[in-house]
Amino acid sequence: MEKHLLSGNEAIARGAYEAGVKVCSAYPGTPSTEIFESLPQYKDALYCEWAPNEKVATEVAYGAAIGGVRSLCAMKHVGLNVAADPLFTAAYNGVNGGFVIVTADDPSMHSSQNEQDNRYYARAAKVALIEPSDSQECIDFLKEAYRISERFDMPVIFRTTTNISHSKSLVTFSGREEPEPIAYKRNAGKFSCSPANAYRNHPKVEKNLRALAEYGNCCPINKLELRGGKVGVITASVAYQYAKDVFPEDTSFLKLGLTWPLPMDLIRDFASRVEKLYVIEELEGFMEQEIRAAGIECVGKELVSNMYELNPQRLRELLFGVKPETKALGVAPVSRPPTLCPGCPHRGFFYTMSKGKDFVIAGDIGCYTLGANAPLSAMDTCICMGGGFSVGMGMSKAFELSGQKKKVFGVVGDSTFFHSGMTGAAEILYNKGHMIPVVLDNHITGMTGHQDNPGSGYTLQGEIAAAIKIEDVLHAYGYENVIIVDPQDLSAMQKAVDDALASEVPAAIIARRPCLLIKRIKHDLAQCEVDTAKCIGCKKCLSVGCPAVMVRDKKSSIDPTQCVGCTLCAQVCPVGAITRKEKKA
Amino acid sequence: MSTKSAILVGVGGQGAILTAKVLVNGLMKAGYDVKMSEVHGMSQRGGSVSTQVHWGDKVYSPVIGHGAADLLVAFEKMEAVRYAPFLKSDGVAVINDYALPSATIAAGLAEYPEGCLEAMQANYRCFTLNAAEIAAGLGSPKCMNIVLFGAMTRALHFGEIDWESVIRETVPQKFVELNLAAFRAGRDAVKE
Repeated sequence: MEKHLLSGNEAIARGAYEAGVKVCSAYPGTPSTEIFESLPQYKDALYCEWAPNEKVATEVAYGAAIGGVRSLCAMKHVGLNVAADPLFTAAYNGVNGGFVIVTADDPSMHSSQNEQDNRYYARAAKVALIEPSDSQECIDFLKEAYRISERFDMPVIFRTTTNISHSKSLVTFSGREEPEPIAYKRNAGKFSCSPANAYRNHPKVEKNLRALAEYGNCCPINKLELRGGKVGVITASVAYQYAKDVFPEDTSFLKLGLTWPLPMDLIRDFASRVEKLYVIEELEGFMEQEIRAAGIECVGKELVSNMYELNPQRLRELLFGVKPETKALGVAPVSRPPTLCPGCPHRGFFYTMSKGKDFVIAGDIGCYTLGANAPLSAMDTCICMGGGFSVGMGMSKAFELSGQKKKVFGVVGDSTFFHSGMTGAAEILYNKGHMIPVVLDNHITGMTGHQDNPGSGYTLQGEIAAAIKIEDVLHAYGYENVIIVDPQDLSAMQKAVDDALASEVPAAIIARRPCLLIKRIKHDLAQCEVDTAKCIGCKKCLSVGCPAVMVRDKKSSIDPTQCVGCTLCAQVCPVGAITRKEKKA
Repeated sequence: MSTKSAILVGVGGQGAILTAKVLVNGLMKAGYDVKMSEVHGMSQRGGSVSTQVHWGDKVYSPVIGHGAADLLVAFEKMEAVRYAPFLKSDGVAVINDYALPSATIAAGLAEYPEGCLEAMQANYRCFTLNAAEIAAGLGSPKCMNIVLFGAMTRALHFGEIDWESVIRETVPQKFVELNLAAFRAGRDAVKE
């Protein structure tokens, strides 16, 4: 059989294809994004889309499952917070076609704002939880997830972590199953969650969960590896791989694929076969708490931290006190934080913000979160997508009522405007907020690696789509003064801010310039050069925080391999020492 | 064979991930079980990046922690120091003698540390080369990653893998000759 090297995310896309899935909807978010970037290759067999946010994606996929076909939605862990509303009620209603929600958790927060353990969502929502431990299992377990969803009439949460989603391992492919579509018949008692129906549906949920728990004791994705009777390990997900590297050959394993509800008979039986039982899991003691509650003695979180990603060496140290051997080099590397790219359109906006002493900037999640870093240092808060408008609203009310003189700006991107910024924009207008909403419109969902959105004019499947104009939305809401500005023109950007603050009618700013990394747009690239005879070495050019601009021998110096000629450094130079030249071939 | 681990480190955009792909394709052809892990997300914006490759008869964990890598390939010398704790004490480092100031340094908030290369050489078996210069000499700074790859194949015993045919199969047709030249130049340039 031919082997392919696939990441967990690519394997989930393959698994969806092989499982006969027909409708797929997602909002991008690291580490889940590549699942949907890998789906368009199967577009002859299935439909896939970027939704405006995770709640919409979940509802679209769930609607398709009600309609009678297998469906998939995917998101990063915090995305499930947005989608929790449909999840909890879909759990009561059940499905027609199989319905799987992929959540990709991010232990150690490589690209995230918190380290939440989404396994608890399965317990709270009373749905099945499946966890693969490598790419082959991403394919095989996803197919099992659809069988479970349909047999036990419930949504299934399919949970990965960064080291599952982004690690590549070898897989073999199978053909596509083509399940018969289920003919849709109206069934309001099942799918319309009026209080009376929900009341009747709850006992059904409990019954289905009990039946699933029973099935877990014999299901093919919960596996016993019996070796010796001294030590046994219960584990799941990528923690299984770490534990296999750490424990000796004669250790027995109970490796679980279906981790909610837990197969308690199987666990009890396994525990009785070994002298010492370990429960090894990344993040919280999710399985351990249940196992202990059942009166089974085990070793787990008293040794293995509930914080940060594990790896074999860290696990070995936590369990057995064996420290990895490292050497002291006597040289300390300087931090290399991610930065706004050279020519990034967000830079001009944040530079302008950095000049306002009484400015408060409520931000949200995107490339522009980097505007918080020095030397720009122009962001006060970052909570969640779309939060810039509404958190800014609360702050401005607090300042107003406590007599603090501040000027509040709420910042979202084009993608997060459609995600959940629109509701915040309505809030500011409706409740007479004294703050300026700002949309940093770079025509793309940038930080996750360039996904299309309702404003970008294209769909995930590469078709041309209606591009919704942000200014039309804001006008329709009642923002009478919508100022559209090129943030790369610093004097225009400053004027836009001054005009918005002075406006007598509700004002909003759209700072618009496409991301330079968008390939389908032809960008006007050039190069900035320093006239060292003119340069006075004042370092003003460093204040824009561009990685291409540095100081060498007390004079400004621009790295020609990085510079794209945006001229921000030239605009702030007080002596005109920097000029824009045509890009050398 | 017990599992071997390599960690390739550099700065976003230097081509560490493509290099790892060439390595992995060769290892797959040789019949090894292979796992590879990439750090994605914010690191794409000029941050420090790392890719791990593990191979053997049967590989379990897709990632390693400190003190566990047989091979460190650093595309930038300060990154070699940053990731040195991942090396086994008898591990081998292949280091590009090339400095790329971070944003913190460019902004004048810190100095690029002195003695990165020397500290590595004093503590580990090192193969060093200026891959940037070699690549520029070949007419394309972008093939720096394959120059480093050529050097890497000298640092560790990979069995009987025919890397030139792997490169032919991995890189786009029009860049094959350039990359083969880069591979050979890197392989011949290393000094221990």
